[in-house]
Amino acid sequence: MITPQIVEYVAKLARIKISEEEKEFLGKQLGRILEYIEKLKEVNIEGIEPTRGVFLRENRMREDIPHKREIFKDILKNAPQKENNYFKVPKVVE
Amino acid sequence: MKKIFQLGGLQILKEIEKGNLSKEEVYHHFKERIERIDPLINSFIEVYDYQSTQKGVPLAVKDNICIQGKRISCASRILSSHIAVYDATVIRKIKQEGLLILGTTNMDEFAFGSSCENSCYYPTKNPWNLGKVAGGSSGGSAAAVAARLVPFALGSDTGGSIRQPAAFCGVVGFKPTYGRVSRFGLVAFGSSLDQIGPITTNFSDCAYLLNIICGFDEGDSTSANIEVSDFKKALIEDVRGLKIGIPQEYFQEGLDEEVREAVFEVAKSLEKKGAKISEISLPHSQYAVATYYIIACSEASSNLQRFDGIKYGYRKDNKDLLDLYKETREEGFGVEVKRRVFLGTYSLASGYYDDYYLRALKVRTLIRKDFEKAFSCVDIILTPTSPTPAFGLGEKIEDPLGMYLSDIYTVSVNLAGVPAVSFPCGFTKEDLPVGAQLIGRPFEEAMLVKVGYTYENSHKDFFEKIPPLGDG
Repeated sequence: MITPQIVEYVAKLARIKISEEEKEFLGKQLGRILEYIEKLKEVNIEGIEPTRGVFLRENRMREDIPHKREIFKDILKNAPQKENNYFKVPKVVE
Repeated sequence: MKKIFQLGGLQILKEIEKGNLSKEEVYHHFKERIERIDPLINSFIEVYDYQSTQKGVPLAVKDNICIQGKRISCASRILSSHIAVYDATVIRKIKQEGLLILGTTNMDEFAFGSSCENSCYYPTKNPWNLGKVAGGSSGGSAAAVAARLVPFALGSDTGGSIRQPAAFCGVVGFKPTYGRVSRFGLVAFGSSLDQIGPITTNFSDCAYLLNIICGFDEGDSTSANIEVSDFKKALIEDVRGLKIGIPQEYFQEGLDEEVREAVFEVAKSLEKKGAKISEISLPHSQYAVATYYIIACSEASSNLQRFDGIKYGYRKDNKDLLDLYKETREEGFGVEVKRRVFLGTYSLASGYYDDYYLRALKVRTLIRKDFEKAFSCVDIILTPTSPTPAFGLGEKIEDPLGMYLSDIYTVSVNLAGVPAVSFPCGFTKEDLPVGAQLIGRPFEEAMLVKVGYTYENSHKDFFEKIPPLGDG
């Protein structure tokens, strides 16, 4: 059962604002989906290793060498707000 | 003499090279078709102006792959004004080959969906029946190719997003092995599942595009450093002695009768050419959809954290930073994105993690092992791509679980990481295409091309039939 309180908690973790209406609606839908997912509890998973990725035996490491690419101006073009060569955000510390 | 749009990509290339067609002529032919026909199906998001390239054959790109200097939106409001600052590796390779990038195609927002209805722009309609969905999430690419608005396209496939729309639209959609094609420059959805692949009208074009896009890339840490064979060499008719497995779990309740018959006809046809058919079992198939949605949504909720209104994309301004994040994401994301981010966040939250995410990863191991075991007995697996032909627009939009269940035959492939292709194998009485799926061993894409090509050679009518959309 997905209560409006659980939806509110998840919304907070996901950083998404939701309305009262959505809380109920999404709670119901998520509840139905999770009910279906309960199926997985039938499976015997004792001693089974989790699969985190396929065909990747180990992480591929590379040398940490900086590459100079003159793309910061292009990157900043996409910024919702900027000042000089910086992203602008609301004041975080008082 | 055939008209330009009736030709495949390679055939157009040949005509250009022989001097029978000019590159401008080809571009304007497709541009005119898009202007005339696309308002009926809404497969494109943007069509570019003509640009001179070496080969000149047009290709369309799903709107979640970066093309430097062009808009990339993932059909989401949160990215709708974003300009890509670099080329994805596949785009760099397409440009090196000299193909002409014609434009970007519609999709479900962030590739979350199986119908192409979750786009922030408009739903893409099925070219065979304008009351039906194109499938998703690469519905724009599949519909555009099916309607011959472009000879071929790129899509991405996390749980069936290339194969299912290809099946619904009657074209060839190929998902390579996980790691085969670099994902550098593909907007991430489920990082342990995503692959880029081609959508074409035939297997020769499919082999041609695979030759261009496959291969190791430093830019993607999951890229496989395994030799790629020349797929052109797989364009031969040869299935003698080939062992084809039919998984019993894929032919049970819920499978449309016409789809079942069409897929059995594929088996018969390949058997006549010398293949050996046997029944196999993939016993954990019934858990694939539940496992997939936990893993895909968990990865998606993590990948989508970057859309916060700070560095790019839409921002809902607010003096408070936390409220800025929350309101930006509230307004920027569509309802399916919210659903999936919530489901993923829930599965990963402390207290639920072991029961959902970790359990799903373990069931994934069992699904993967089902395939390993099957491939010790057979060379290739044949299944339907989707349990039904294209469903109606709006039919499943209020029923997310029903929508998820339409991916029942495609998601296991991504969980196991193996390659698979959907290709047309007939039409229903309503004249909707039916797709069959071939699944191969890891990194044995060439085998899929060979078997598909063999089938195509004796069923050209299924591949060459063009939806009637205002053509004389």
